[in-house]
Amino acid sequence: MWRSPAVILAIAIIGTLIVVALFAPYLAPYSPKTGELENRLMPPFWQEGGSTDHILGTDTIGRDVFSRLLYGARTSLLVCVLAIVVAGSIGSLLGIASGYLGGWADTIIMRITDLAFSLPMILLALMFAILFGPSFTNIVIILSLVLWAQYARMARGETLKIRNYDFVALARIAGCSKARIMITHILPNVSSSLVVLATLQVGTVIILESSLSFLGVGLPATTPSWGIMVSQGRSYIVSAWWLCVIPGLAILFTVLSFNLFGDALNDYLNPILRIR
Amino acid sequence: MQRYILKRLIQAVVTVLLMTIIVFLLSRLTGNPAIFLVGDYATDEDIARITEQLGLDRPLPEQYRIFLSNALKGDLGRSVTGDRKPAVEIVLSRLPASLQLAGVALLVSVLVGLPLGVVAARRKGSFLDTSARVLALLGQSVPPFWLGIILMYVFAVWLHLLPTSGFGGIRYFILPAITMSTVMVAAITRLTRSSMLDVLNLEYIKLARIKGLSERVVIWKHVLRNSLIPVVTFIGQFLPIMITGAIVIETVFSWPGIGRLAYEAAMYRDFPVLQAVVLFVTLLFVFCSLVVDILYAYLDPRIRYTN
Repeated sequence: MWRSPAVILAIAIIGTLIVVALFAPYLAPYSPKTGELENRLMPPFWQEGGSTDHILGTDTIGRDVFSRLLYGARTSLLVCVLAIVVAGSIGSLLGIASGYLGGWADTIIMRITDLAFSLPMILLALMFAILFGPSFTNIVIILSLVLWAQYARMARGETLKIRNYDFVALARIAGCSKARIMITHILPNVSSSLVVLATLQVGTVIILESSLSFLGVGLPATTPSWGIMVSQGRSYIVSAWWLCVIPGLAILFTVLSFNLFGDALNDYLNPILRIR
Repeated sequence: MQRYILKRLIQAVVTVLLMTIIVFLLSRLTGNPAIFLVGDYATDEDIARITEQLGLDRPLPEQYRIFLSNALKGDLGRSVTGDRKPAVEIVLSRLPASLQLAGVALLVSVLVGLPLGVVAARRKGSFLDTSARVLALLGQSVPPFWLGIILMYVFAVWLHLLPTSGFGGIRYFILPAITMSTVMVAAITRLTRSSMLDVLNLEYIKLARIKGLSERVVIWKHVLRNSLIPVVTFIGQFLPIMITGAIVIETVFSWPGIGRLAYEAAMYRDFPVLQAVVLFVTLLFVFCSLVVDILYAYLDPRIRYTN
């Protein structure tokens, strides 16, 4: 994994993103929300009319695109991480419980997961948006609802594989309660697949969140989010291409890095013992 | 096989019923749903009247019974916008456009993705393989709405080769279908490739070669048939994502389908129509996954016995 230059680049990009997300307020030259109207619709510095004051130009009300991009990284990553953590925790725990406890607990949880897979979650998200209005909490909830079932299914599969191993039997003999066995014995051993799943999902979540924000049902319209930037820049694509193209490229490279990294991680943690 | 089909059918019906309950409950969650059913300009008297008319002051289980019996008769309320047509009628009029787009996108994805995956697997390690993998990775990483906008700008606005939006002849299908199929092509290519690589190393393939079968027969008859199982499963699982991805793409290209209908309904707070779309899409989902599951059980007999 460490030998491929593409993977190293991906990890570097992810690292940069995390730093940007954490330190956006210190790194961004301007505020993402207030704009200087006299400087509206300035192109990026390499084009005529642009300046190095606003290296990626400004938007329709004079907000600096570069600053909004940095804050957008923060928003996207925050929403993403929260959604995955929530969905992953709940999903994994349910999956492990389902796999280990078996019986009616298994049946009930499996039915609920099947339901989660067969319902059009995005449409439910749209309904949510009408009823509760777009907000940060809502989008995290919606995204978690879309994602959790995959963790449950995978955790259950992995748990089923190892529940009959000796170390589990030994723990049982030693008198460990079921909860203790599930958390201290089973969970660490299924976690590697779950981590890979999480990494591979980051890309999907970012695209999902930006799609919802693009439609206007994700984050509130004042939040600096890449999806919202693309949506707002769309009408100006002929005259001010940078408003739409640049945030889209940001999404593209972010998702690309996470997908590359996730693939590499998958190959690294789950080596296939066949000669391919 | 019969038992499996019956089981899956019952599951499907249960899923649809559960969805109706969820939709029903969602609309009652924020107090009186009459507010959503009458539009923005209703007076208090209107709301009271509608409440009584639709029986919204009755106990919940009875409301659900009314809702369900109406739904089975084909009445899912009326739109609160425009000429207040029945929601079912609106949905049905927009359904063909979406199905056509999804069908074209699916066809394109399979026609492009499968051969690409096969070739990439056969010439593993070659330049073709690497470029196929890179393209697949890019395809999965591109945000569909952005790709649609860019394609629209390049091909329609700048080069004037294709129309920007609308629905008519084949020319109108090209850009939306390409946008929609990008993600699927990427995924199908990768899946076909890895699935084929798995199968190519199995014993019975070596046997087929030893038997003296031509390489072409080996690949297309034996390897491909068995590699298709994960791909079929994937298409079945992906269909829902495609239908929902359709919302974004239909919005970008102003495609008159149910995806955009859902978006407009959400924007104009047209709850009955949104409700109808959700229920129809659920029916579609459930139907598709039922078909795929049965197909899957037919292709791989092991499935019937382990469930």
